[in-house]
Amino acid sequence: MFVDFLITLVKILFIFGVTVGFFAPVLTWVERKQSAIMQDRIGANRADILGFTAFGLFHIIADALKMFTKEDFIPRGANKALHTLSPIVALIPALITFAVIPFGGVYTLFGKEVNLVISDLDVGLLFIFAVASIATYGYVIAGWSSNNNWSLLGSIRVAAQMISYEVTMGLTIIGILMVYGTMRLTEIGAIQEDFWRWGIFLQPVGFFLFFAASIAENKRIPFDAPEAESELVAGYFTEYSGLKFGMFFMAEFVEMVTIGAIVTLLFFGGWNLPFVTMDGILSMFDFLGETGANIIALLIHVGVFFAKVCFFIFFQMIVRWTLPRFRYDQIMKLGWKILLPLSLANILITGAVILALE
Amino acid sequence: MLEQYIGATVMFIMAIGIACGMVFMTSVLGPKRHFAEKMEPFECGEKQIVSPHQRFSVKFYLVAVLFVLFDIEAVFFFPWAILFKKLGMFGFVEMLFFIIILGVGLCYVWIKGGLDWE
Repeated sequence: MFVDFLITLVKILFIFGVTVGFFAPVLTWVERKQSAIMQDRIGANRADILGFTAFGLFHIIADALKMFTKEDFIPRGANKALHTLSPIVALIPALITFAVIPFGGVYTLFGKEVNLVISDLDVGLLFIFAVASIATYGYVIAGWSSNNNWSLLGSIRVAAQMISYEVTMGLTIIGILMVYGTMRLTEIGAIQEDFWRWGIFLQPVGFFLFFAASIAENKRIPFDAPEAESELVAGYFTEYSGLKFGMFFMAEFVEMVTIGAIVTLLFFGGWNLPFVTMDGILSMFDFLGETGANIIALLIHVGVFFAKVCFFIFFQMIVRWTLPRFRYDQIMKLGWKILLPLSLANILITGAVILALE
Repeated sequence: MLEQYIGATVMFIMAIGIACGMVFMTSVLGPKRHFAEKMEPFECGEKQIVSPHQRFSVKFYLVAVLFVLFDIEAVFFFPWAILFKKLGMFGFVEMLFFIIILGVGLCYVWIKGGLDWE
C-alpha cells in the first residue's frame, strides 16, 4: 500500500516536472523563437550570462525573475478577493487534467505491475471535460472582478466561446467512445497497439473537429478574440501583473501540452509505435531480464508519447503564426453552424458504418 | 472503487499548493508603491467614463441557454456511445430519432436567427 502511494507520488512529481517545470517555461521561449524564424527575424537573443546567449534560452530565467519581482497590482474598485482567486481557479484545472492521461502502458518492474497513469479512472474522458470546463469560471471571474471595461468584454467573450466549443468537443468525443467502447483512457491507449486501429483511421473527421475545438477552448490564435491585444488590450487579464499574469500564461501553455497529450492518446496511438507491439520490444530485449526489458519498453514508450506531444504542440504553434485572428461573429458561426452539425453528422455516420461492418 | 481517485486527489491538493504559493509569492516579493493615478483601471490613459458593471448584449445569455440544452443532450450520448456495439440496430434507430429531434431544434434556432451575430 505504501509502495503504491510512493509510486503515485513519483508519477505526480514527474508530470508536474514535465508540464510546469519543463514545457511551460521552455514553450515561452519556443513560441518566441519559432515566431522569429517564421517571420524572418532574429528573435529572442538579448538575455546573456557573461556574454553567452545560448539561443536566447536565458530569456526563460529573465522572464521568471521579472514576473516574481513585479508589483502585484489590484486596481481601484476591483473585488480584491475574486481578483486574487481567479488565477488560482484558472491554473488548477490546467494542472490536474493530466491526472487521467496515461503516458505509458503497464510494466512489470521488480515483480510489481506499474501503470503509467496517475489515476486510472473508468470515467477518464468525462473527468477531463468536467475539470477543464471549471477553468471557464477562472477567466470569467478575472474579467468581472477587475472593474475594467476591456476585462469585462474579454470575459463575456471567453465565456460564450468556451461553452460554444465545449458542445462540439463533447459531441466529437462520442465518436471515439463508439469505436472504442470505453471511457478508460488506458484501455483506449492499449487498443491502439494495433496500428490500423489508431483514432485517426477510425475517426478522421473527429480529429479535425476535436483539434479545432480544443484550440478554441484554449483561446489561442486564430480563436483568441477574448484576449485580442489589438482590440481589447489584453482581454480578461488586462489588470493582472506579476506572477498572477504569469499564472494565466502558464495555464495556457500547460493546456497546450494537455491538448497535445489528449490528441496523441485519442487519435495517434498514445505511447505506441506503429507496427511495434509491447511483446515485440520485450522479446527483443529479452537478454536484459524481465525488469531490464520492461525498463527499456517504458523508456521507449514514454519517449514516443512525449515526442508525439511535442509534435502537436509545435503544430499548434504553426497554426498560431499562420492564420490571422477570426472575427468574433466568425468564431461563433464556426462553432454553432459548422462544427456542431458536422459533429452530429459524424456520430450518425460512425454509427451507420459500425453497424454495416458488423 | 474510490481508490482510483487517490492519485487525482493528491494531485489536486498539490496543484492548489502550487497555485496558492505563486499568488502568495507575488504578493510578498514585488514592490508596493501605491498612488491614486496608478490605481485607476486601465482605460488607454483616459479616466474611466462608464462602470463596466452594466447590462451587456442579450446574445451572450442566448448562447449560455443553448449551451445548457446541447450539453445536456451530449451527456445523454455518453452512456449510449459506450454501449453502442451491444445495443446494435435497436440503439442506433433510437438514437437516430433523438438526433433528428435535436437537429430539428438546432434548425429552429438557426432559422429564428438565434445563432446570428451581426
